[in-house]
Amino acid sequence: MRHLLSTRDLDQESAVRLLDVAEDMADTQQREVKKLPTLRGKTVVNLFFEDSTRTRISFEAASKRLSADVINFSAKGSSVSKGESLKDTAQTLQAMGADAVVIRHPASGAPQTLATSGWIDAGILNAGDGTHEHPTQALLDAFTIRKRVHGIASRGRNLDGLSVTIVGDILHSRVARSNVWLLTTLGATVTLVAPPTLVPVDTRAWPVTISYDLDEALAAGPDVVMMLRIQGERMRDAFFPNSREYSRRWGLDDGRLHRLDPTTIVMHPGPMNRGLEISAAAADSPMSTVREQVTNGVSVRMAALYLLLSGDREN
Amino acid sequence: MSARVVLQQADIARALTRISHEILESNRGADDLVLLGIPTRGVLLADRIAGIISEITGTPMEAGSLDVTMYRDDLAKHPTRTPAPTRIPASGIDGKTVILVDDVLYSGRTIRAALDAINDIGRPRAVRLAALVDRGHRELPIRPDYVGKNLPSAQTERINVRLAELDGADLVSIDSAAS
Repeated sequence: MRHLLSTRDLDQESAVRLLDVAEDMADTQQREVKKLPTLRGKTVVNLFFEDSTRTRISFEAASKRLSADVINFSAKGSSVSKGESLKDTAQTLQAMGADAVVIRHPASGAPQTLATSGWIDAGILNAGDGTHEHPTQALLDAFTIRKRVHGIASRGRNLDGLSVTIVGDILHSRVARSNVWLLTTLGATVTLVAPPTLVPVDTRAWPVTISYDLDEALAAGPDVVMMLRIQGERMRDAFFPNSREYSRRWGLDDGRLHRLDPTTIVMHPGPMNRGLEISAAAADSPMSTVREQVTNGVSVRMAALYLLLSGDREN
Repeated sequence: MSARVVLQQADIARALTRISHEILESNRGADDLVLLGIPTRGVLLADRIAGIISEITGTPMEAGSLDVTMYRDDLAKHPTRTPAPTRIPASGIDGKTVILVDDVLYSGRTIRAALDAINDIGRPRAVRLAALVDRGHRELPIRPDYVGKNLPSAQTERINVRLAELDGADLVSIDSAAS
């Protein structure tokens, strides 16, 4: 693997391989000594043009657990605020000898540009670009689902026969897009539920069913319900009358939680707006995987870094 | 390419039985003994040795596996390797005698990686090494404690170990590359 830019161009074999490597990484994270010497001498740059807590520290933890050196770069307080272009930033990182660049950028396609421009030789990991993709989040979601469903026998398995319902702000969500591609590649069927204003205009090419009614979608008994964050910072228009109405119609509140089959997996990529898209009871119930997702995120990112950086990178 | 068979099924079985007895002899029994196979075929050999030791002592013994991929020094020289699972018996390795089991001992670099991997898992009382075939050409100061067969070989030759669980038959052969 040279770069990890999107889940759309990931085939099932490489996705399952990455999840299997993540299992091995997860095993090492149970030990007292969590550090592996695998990427000693490699330099990973976290290039964040957008705010992030868990993705950045997750990548940082993953890099450090593999003994890579980590350089954190956030656009605030850097030369970017002085008007430096992405190209110049990339060339600076190249001159410093970065082996991998983890990039989060508000513009969709920025990681792709970095990977194909020839400005920099490093492996590029997309940590979220605009409203395009967030591949490691989808991979950790798939890992979490697979682990919950198949337990210790999860190595080598895909997600055949599982139904996943993704609820909320589909329009602005790169997490939803990455999950749509990855989960269907792995054999799951995906239903999207959202207010009509928060569904992208053209979804004909998406391998999904779209519904506007959460109760109807939950009555179908999905194996997984994934709640998305309402992204206030990307909303410049009124997409729904007010947050109380949103949470009444599209939020996973206590009533809906109790109507779910107790084996249903409830997911949220974080950060959560408790009481808006997900109730506190739902977020903290045993059905919820919110904290597992964070733990698994480190293992999945270790696997991605390992697959990108460990082998012979000439070809 | 010509292949020469050096160990048949019966030879392999005899060698593993002898190694099992040698392990028991030098350890004075099977107490505090942990067998760890190195994937892929070392794990199968460790399982077989554990089976033989269980038969001899009458108490069941379980072998584990130790993946060394993450500790190799040649990762950058090959296409990305897929790691294999590590399974350590529940009692752990602290204070135990660990017997590493591999199919072919060659440069010694795999064993160096294994020693590093063990170091991250715990602190055994001692680490010993069992190999089905020792083909020489060591690049590090490492030597086996238990050997199935010493097989002086040229570096251009390939030693193939085939085991029934994986390859359908037990066989060790030398392929000499035709030049």
